[in-house]
Amino acid sequence: MKKSVSITINGVKHTHEVEPRLLLVHFIRELAGLTGTHVGCDTSQCGACTIHLNGQAVKSCTMLAVQADGAQIATIEGMAKDGKLHPIQDAFWEKHGLQCGFCTPGMIMSAAQILQRYPKPTEEQIRHQLEGNLCRCTGYHNIVKAIQHAAETMAGK
Amino acid sequence: MATARLLGASIKRREDPRFITGKGNYTDDLKLPGMTYAAFVRSPHAHAGIRKIDTARAIKHPGVVAVFTGTDMTGVNSLPCGWDLRKEKNIPGVVQDLAMVPHMPLTSDVARHVGDPVAVVIADSQDAALDAADLVTVDWDVKSSVTATALAAQAGAAQVHAGAPGNVAFKWELGGGDVDGAFKSADVVVRKRIVNQRLVANAMEPRACVARFEESTGDLTLWVTSQNPHVHRLLMCAFVLGIPEHKVRVISPDVGGGFGSKIFLYNEEVVCSWASRQLKRPVRWTSTRREAYMTDAHGRDHVTDAAMAMSKDGKILGLHVKTTANLGAYLSTFAPAVPTFLYGTLLNGVYKMGAIKCEVTGVFTNTTAVDAYRGAGRPEACYVLERMVDAAAAALKMDPADVRRTNFIPKFSGAYQTHVAVSYDSGDYAGAFDRLLQLFDYKKFRTEQAEARKKGRYLGVGFSTYIEACSIAPSKLVGALGAGAGLYESGKVRVHPTGGVTVYTGSHSHGQGHETTFAQLVADELQIPIDQVEVVHGDTGAIPFGMGTYGSRSASVGGTALHMSVHKIKEKGKKIAAHLLEASASDIEYVGGQFQVRGAPGKAVPWGAVALTAYVPHNYPEGIEPGLEETSFYDPSNFCFPFGAHACVVEVDGDTGHVKIVRYMAVDDVGNVINPMIVDGMVHGGIAQGAAQALWEGAVYDEESGQLVSGSLMDYALPKADMLPMYETARTETPTPVNPLGIKGAGETGTIASTPAVVNAVVDALSGFGVDHIEVMPLTPERVWKTVQAAKSKK
Amino acid sequence: MYPAQFEYHKAGTVREALDLLAKYKDEAKLLAGGHSLLPAMKLRLAQPKHVIDIGKVSELAGIKEEGGTLVIGAMTTHYAIESSALLKSKCPLLPEVAGHIGDPMVRNMGTLGGSLAHADPAADWPAAVIALGAEFVAEGPKGKRTIKVDDFFKGLLTTALTENEILTEIRVPACGANVKCAYAKFPHPASRFAVVGVAAVLTLDGGGKISKASIGITGAGTKATRAKGVEAAIAGKAADAASIQAAASSAADGVDVQADLQGSVEYKQHLLRVFAKRAMEAAAAKK
Repeated sequence: MKKSVSITINGVKHTHEVEPRLLLVHFIRELAGLTGTHVGCDTSQCGACTIHLNGQAVKSCTMLAVQADGAQIATIEGMAKDGKLHPIQDAFWEKHGLQCGFCTPGMIMSAAQILQRYPKPTEEQIRHQLEGNLCRCTGYHNIVKAIQHAAETMAGK
Repeated sequence: MATARLLGASIKRREDPRFITGKGNYTDDLKLPGMTYAAFVRSPHAHAGIRKIDTARAIKHPGVVAVFTGTDMTGVNSLPCGWDLRKEKNIPGVVQDLAMVPHMPLTSDVARHVGDPVAVVIADSQDAALDAADLVTVDWDVKSSVTATALAAQAGAAQVHAGAPGNVAFKWELGGGDVDGAFKSADVVVRKRIVNQRLVANAMEPRACVARFEESTGDLTLWVTSQNPHVHRLLMCAFVLGIPEHKVRVISPDVGGGFGSKIFLYNEEVVCSWASRQLKRPVRWTSTRREAYMTDAHGRDHVTDAAMAMSKDGKILGLHVKTTANLGAYLSTFAPAVPTFLYGTLLNGVYKMGAIKCEVTGVFTNTTAVDAYRGAGRPEACYVLERMVDAAAAALKMDPADVRRTNFIPKFSGAYQTHVAVSYDSGDYAGAFDRLLQLFDYKKFRTEQAEARKKGRYLGVGFSTYIEACSIAPSKLVGALGAGAGLYESGKVRVHPTGGVTVYTGSHSHGQGHETTFAQLVADELQIPIDQVEVVHGDTGAIPFGMGTYGSRSASVGGTALHMSVHKIKEKGKKIAAHLLEASASDIEYVGGQFQVRGAPGKAVPWGAVALTAYVPHNYPEGIEPGLEETSFYDPSNFCFPFGAHACVVEVDGDTGHVKIVRYMAVDDVGNVINPMIVDGMVHGGIAQGAAQALWEGAVYDEESGQLVSGSLMDYALPKADMLPMYETARTETPTPVNPLGIKGAGETGTIASTPAVVNAVVDALSGFGVDHIEVMPLTPERVWKTVQAAKSKK
Repeated sequence: MYPAQFEYHKAGTVREALDLLAKYKDEAKLLAGGHSLLPAMKLRLAQPKHVIDIGKVSELAGIKEEGGTLVIGAMTTHYAIESSALLKSKCPLLPEVAGHIGDPMVRNMGTLGGSLAHADPAADWPAAVIALGAEFVAEGPKGKRTIKVDDFFKGLLTTALTENEILTEIRVPACGANVKCAYAKFPHPASRFAVVGVAAVLTLDGGGKISKASIGITGAGTKATRAKGVEAAIAGKAADAASIQAAASSAADGVDVQADLQGSVEYKQHLLRVFAKRAMEAAAAKK
């Protein structure tokens, strides 16, 4: 039996009748039409689907849309405000923290949580907190540099 | 108006804004009206005859549009193998002809590996397609299977193809010099078994396609995650579906990584294209990660017995290599080339060698097909060589750095003829090694290592002085070696009336940053702001026929094609300018963004004026057509040969065998560099993949059941951020004489060099226990621990 | 990766959840954080017809102290435990272990109760709760009951909870100043589950001796177990390297070690000894 689900994504409410088995990531991609959040695996390892649910980073492929009924969600599309990039987005661009771009939205959403919890993270902390985000292109070197750079920029504000 | 030099500048990438804001256009993002969804029914068995496929329940499932099996696909041919190895074609080195076995898009007689597709369900929704796929029942005739490389050709092994008795796909050899003499005269002969394990590429974006047949025009558009859309189009149209190539447009949009696995023509896009023509509706398919493990072409999988003949002062007298290469259940698009011409030809390495003999047997097994994976044959060659050099050093009780130095080919430019057919372009191998030892205080490390050992800590260093062959390749040469295709690249440069430029390249970017680097190249040569240059790739509807991106060929071959077109444009521009300036064309030069009379900068017309004039040809030279666009196809005269020296420091936990990479240093010579930041990024990513092969990754089949045991990211260990260090990189720059840009290619060097650097480091760490070799990768903690236990019990 | 179809029910209270469980019986599964259940459902390894979401049952969340006992609601997330100031001060083993679970996103959703009820043989929590001598409160149609940890883990993915019960609370004694704990884990490089994981809770007397040791083991066997042999061997001994090494030598006893791609039986037995030693050494070294 379908359920009516209302989820606010980047400040915009989306209401749809969905089968309970609809994954949150598919609600976001197919019903809300926001394709920046990606599906990279089927065992909850890769983190390409990472979004923020009520302020916490979550793998949207490992949630049902019905679980998120009434929730506030932030996706990569909501990071830039009024056409201005978030410092983390800027930092990834500046430090070449991406190559193919597929893991990047999830990385940025994860990085946002890292810097919210650890405003001055050590390299070890960054690497440990990135355990849930796989990248096959960069070898992580520039991703770490991007997050370090974002930490400095955001601290300077 | 002159612009700052862009060549050699680390400018930010122009493609990034869409990726960092989630606006990338990946194939799975595409939505089309009336779209249907495909789900494939796949064999759960490694080897099974198909008695009957019952689709009745699936067809009745709500939302299902159609269910097709192989027998429905009449008139559809086998997926082609694009590389032949046959004596009658005079292909060098063939000992036993390649068995060209068929590979049908949906097999209807026998399933030959777990995941082999046998039916497709097409429905109005993904849910319906998946639910209905579960309702297809197959009456299987389960057979025995063989998956292990070393067992495939043994008597009694299950036969994968009737057309390949004993599961032998081919036999091939290559060599030069007096190998027997070298071994007879040797002071020391080192023999080792070396296993280069099977890998799964695991690009982060799973493969996907959307096929749309438009009945009213007869046009088929295929969006597909391809590294080479033209190749996809040609193979699918001409060889498999028999439809006109000019009625098909293949678009490869943003692609999330390839590493080789997205080169090949796969079953799924062929089936979806065919089905769309049947149904007159778009058909889409996106792989799950589990399907990717079962169907994306795997990499590597060699078992090698190597012998190296040494003189007592450390000279390499000869090398004899016998390799069995597992091709999997079918011949993938380029598969036969990888363990032959991309492998044997690199066995001379950076060393002077007396003689080399390489013998390769390709075998079929009931596993996923194997084909090119980052490095494609060259990592396998480098691994054999660098392991043998270290093993030889150990046998001679010499320093591995000294053995390398003793044998380096001296600096040269122009040609160095090896024993294995290829002639290197330019090299300074000792120079790269010297540069490495500036980054790495080797003497100090040996002291630290000895101190640490006394305290029960096991540090080790591994070197890898590598060379590889990339920028593939001269068409005539590869044709003579069995390639079914040319390996040139196309580059069209279209100047617009208002002076902007659109560049159309046959190369494709799936992470390499060509939208930036190719714009740098063209803008630099035209001395116009980079904002005025747009790079288009990945669309056969817009771009002249190109061969695509793999083999580190884009900047060198694709870039040179663009360079040629820019040159033609400048020459035409000079004629137009000469007319405007009432001078002779031979007196015009292009400097600082303007066409000027040589030695008289005041007598000049700017770029923009010439561009406009070409399209508004009122005051215009006789005999010259209006317009300003040029197309070139560049066919290189040789491969290019990047080289370098890497060093890895590891610490091995004596209690658990766990290996930690403490330090990784890389010196690479990729010739000239367009964007250093992007090249560094390529090296970083390559190192991560090569180190991962050494320590963590490995596709494992259970021999008894033929099941792929490591079939998901839960079991197959891709490297995570906390497993790797920061990399220390440096470069030497020895331009190649092969192309006018002097660029060799950088995409695969990190992967090629790093695997032996890491393994050599672990062996070095354990050398105090008398360990001089570990046969099998990955060096899991248990494997390392067992090696130590075995060594300890020998003493 | 789409689950098979099911009916979804959202419970607002424990009572509601129990009523739904009673109604649908073995056709129903509870959905807590979902990070064990949903991966199984996506691969269609689990196909429950009814899913009962207890994510919004407020009674089940929260960490508090009740007179020397820490009471943790079953729906408390791993991250809530990892970041709890109360637990860092009163039972630091729990935040330490929480930081080892999965990855940050998993920790934001996965729950202590969900993990314990699922009883994955390679999960981290079972070792910790055994070492801490935890007690579990379960609520069923007939009311509440308390289950001691040594009676909780029965077998592979099997606990003492009946199919109509809900785990509501986990209770652990607060650690006194003389109690030192540590968790030592050898993670699977891909899944990051424990190939072996050993939690050690050492009670020290004033004179540098270990008066009591409580050791929980996870990863290598079909279920988490108490390392009784190690506990007995170290009791009353000094917390020095030699005693710890000797005590750790029986760490594999009574563990039904399973061989897999990560290790043979022999290797995993060896790892158990190594990590029992490391856990005890780390605990003893704590200030």
